[in-house]
Amino acid sequence: MTVRYAVGKALGAFATLAFVVVFNFFLFRIVEGNPVATLYRGRNLTDAQREALTHQFGLDGSQFEQFLRYLEQTVQLNLGRSYATNQPVIDEIWAAAPQTIALVGVATLISMVIGIVMGISSGWNRGTTKDRVLTSTSMTTWSTPDFWLGMILLTVFAVRLGLFPTGGIEDPSSGATGLEKLLDQAWHMTLPCLTLAIAYVGEFALVMRSSILDVMREDYLTLARAKGLRDAQVRDRHAVRNALLPSTTLIAINFGFVLSGAIAVETVFSWPGLGLLTTESLAGPDLPMLQGLFLVFSASVIVFNLVADLAYPFLDPRVRYR
Amino acid sequence: MTALAWERRRRALGRTWSEYRRDREGMVGLIVLAVFVAIALLAPLFADESQLHAVNTVDNAVWAPPLDHPPLGTDNLGRPVWDQLVYGSQVSLLVGVAATLIAIVIGTVVGVTAGFFGGWTDSVLNRLSEWFLVIPFIPLAIVLAAILGPSLKNIILVIGVTSWPVTARLIRAQVLTVKQRLFVERSRALGASSAHVMGRHILPNVMPLVIANATLTVPIAILSETTLAFLGLGDPLRVSWGSMLDDAFSAGALGREAWWWYLPPGLCVIAVVLAFTLIGRALEAILDPRLRAGRQG
Amino acid sequence: MSAPLLSVRDLHVTYSSGAGPVPAVRGVSFDLAQGESLGLAGESGCGKSTIAGALLRVLPRGTEITGEVLVNGEDVLTMKPGRLRAVRWRELSIVFQGALHSLNPVQRMGDQIGEAIELHFRGTDPRPRVAELLELVGLPARRAGDFPHQLSGGQRQRVLIALALACNPNLLVADEPTTALDVMVQAQVLELLERLQRELGLAMIFITHDLSTLSSVCRRTLVMYAGRVIEEGESTEVFSRPAHPYAAALAAAFPTIGDPASRLNPSGLAGDPPDPRAMPSGCPFHPRCAVAEPRCSTTEVELWPAGNGRRAACVRVLDGRIA
Repeated sequence: MTVRYAVGKALGAFATLAFVVVFNFFLFRIVEGNPVATLYRGRNLTDAQREALTHQFGLDGSQFEQFLRYLEQTVQLNLGRSYATNQPVIDEIWAAAPQTIALVGVATLISMVIGIVMGISSGWNRGTTKDRVLTSTSMTTWSTPDFWLGMILLTVFAVRLGLFPTGGIEDPSSGATGLEKLLDQAWHMTLPCLTLAIAYVGEFALVMRSSILDVMREDYLTLARAKGLRDAQVRDRHAVRNALLPSTTLIAINFGFVLSGAIAVETVFSWPGLGLLTTESLAGPDLPMLQGLFLVFSASVIVFNLVADLAYPFLDPRVRYR
Repeated sequence: MTALAWERRRRALGRTWSEYRRDREGMVGLIVLAVFVAIALLAPLFADESQLHAVNTVDNAVWAPPLDHPPLGTDNLGRPVWDQLVYGSQVSLLVGVAATLIAIVIGTVVGVTAGFFGGWTDSVLNRLSEWFLVIPFIPLAIVLAAILGPSLKNIILVIGVTSWPVTARLIRAQVLTVKQRLFVERSRALGASSAHVMGRHILPNVMPLVIANATLTVPIAILSETTLAFLGLGDPLRVSWGSMLDDAFSAGALGREAWWWYLPPGLCVIAVVLAFTLIGRALEAILDPRLRAGRQG
Repeated sequence: MSAPLLSVRDLHVTYSSGAGPVPAVRGVSFDLAQGESLGLAGESGCGKSTIAGALLRVLPRGTEITGEVLVNGEDVLTMKPGRLRAVRWRELSIVFQGALHSLNPVQRMGDQIGEAIELHFRGTDPRPRVAELLELVGLPARRAGDFPHQLSGGQRQRVLIALALACNPNLLVADEPTTALDVMVQAQVLELLERLQRELGLAMIFITHDLSTLSSVCRRTLVMYAGRVIEEGESTEVFSRPAHPYAAALAAAFPTIGDPASRLNPSGLAGDPPDPRAMPSGCPFHPRCAVAEPRCSTTEVELWPAGNGRRAACVRVLDGRIA
């Protein structure tokens, strides 16, 4: 992979990020010119107080000055203060992010592994009952709204059967620490994680199946068979190795969407992550919060897209040696 | 268009239909969709619109299970779930189709322009669609809905405006293939304007793929609407399957195990989305020559 | 006289497709002795590549094969899977056509050759042998670390030949090895194959649609049409004095390099090969034949002797006429 390629891709990612930052600014400026008035309506403010608040929210000066200030602050990772809690947005995001990363990260890993195996199996055995069953399952789970699935699972396993908690990340009353606390959190994470895993598995399976079907038409598989390899060896050493290539791009991109992928599901399970934060911010609307979240979500996608672009040449020698 | 051209188009359509008929899954999808569309269009025949408003349901039992208030019980305000389900289908289908239309129109225009003109135009449009692909959809939709206010029109707009890049990519690739065919060269040589070539030659050849892609975009639009409505960003005055789920969740239906309220909307979404997906895959198999070759092996 | 290395008896191969069964090979029989070279010529779709696939049973799933394919007396078609895998590549190997698509694009060349060696000779380090094989086909040993797309078409073809020789087979089937190459490279590859055949004592089946190449590489040639052998004999004879009208047309289609007369007088053959599902009655070639007679559509043709150890499936041969 040439340095020029890498630099090109990095610059492209940076340009996209810059666009998002600018877009973010103007997006929220459309909302209203004077959040101070909206937030503090019904309360009498002195001019001095109003001025102070306006300054605090960074709303003084011309649009252009505000824009420059916004850029400066964003680069310093100062994303403003939440209207609701008055805490720095970046702090709240930082506090909520690990929960989302854990939840969606684990779910994506599980669904990726299972989905790929399903896809390989159904594609390689195309037309058989196994293929039909697996493909139908994949299509059905893909068509299912993830949060609805969460509601059903919650009803069955938490409310009715009492096997799992109905929400949150831990039992607030228990004073558990260390390993016990971790286990408690894991137990709380099981249902939402299962929900997301089931919701994601379909896409991985269908893409992998399609990939394998494309590869199965290639002549090098015939050659591999002619050499005397077993069917499973032909599949794993030659077919899968090639079929995984398009899937890896999909996987990387999916990880990019990790942060924003669970908004509705977190809401259903009251999981204290970025998703729940987003939903709660809708109430105000807590604009700085939403603005900060939006930026973080977009940045995550951009970063993982870049990772996918940079990693691909290592996986596909045809791209590596130009 | 000349009579001959029309005749050819008609016969091609006939061939497509007879091939489609042979695809069992495609037919299942089509029938299921037809049922849902019929119910949505003829909603007053199937349900009572007045029952959607709490003022009219004071006499109904609240939280009534299906056995007590057939066919699907009532919600926390005594409103029958069945009626909500029937009228909700209108919104879900409407948003799905309308948003897809917007996405398809934008996507096709961008894709054809980028593929046809190439060069600088292509690069710029590519960069543009890349930006849109990067922005995670739900957050953007949330933000826009928060800004513009929750309404049906806005939801349709938001979904449409964020879904076009995928279509644009597909169309562009197809245009590049078609562009190389000889008749396009000949047309240009005869002095045809770009608009003429695009409209008369490129577009008709790209149309089949557009249609197949559209049927696969509708599911995404419907799922998006459902999620947005669940988050409270749908039109507060119209009931949709997503809004039913939002109401149920907020009213504590989960704790009460009032499954009759939130199970049916989800099942309906699955059914409609699956139907479109099956139709889309059947169409794709017929219209994409690459896939055709695979089927005959 | 020792038993033939390869003996094909009444081979029938029928593909299954969405539109019904397609008979690609309709009764082919031939023998091949140790160290002997045989050419198999014909247009695309006549079934010659199918035969190559049938010998190792690597045809698509659902393909029906009947008849016998005896390799050293053992019938490949009835072998158990384990025995079949052992026989593949070790007794008989194939050099496929279209080298770019026959090689795994994400695996290094050396590894692809080495894989065959490790499979059939467990526990040995394949690298020395891989280097040896590459040099045998005229490539530097360090190319083993390259990927297929880094080599030219001719080089890839050589790699495929090296790969085919990896396990010291007794029989090499070359399926259109020169088709996608330009003329200069074609000559080189042909020369290589000829040399290998001599030096290693390989038996070879050389499949092509270019009759002129066979006359130098193979002693005997079979010409196929519509799934059947329609002429067989010594290669030079078949090329210069074909008995069957089709063979004559095929020979004329490829002018000899350096012969100005044939270059200035190319003759293609009108029409297309028959649809296997709708075979003409009698002789399958008669609709396109320049010297067809009324009895051609009613007589079931067979391979009849045509003098000089040759046989041809043409009624004219019965009258002692050729082409």
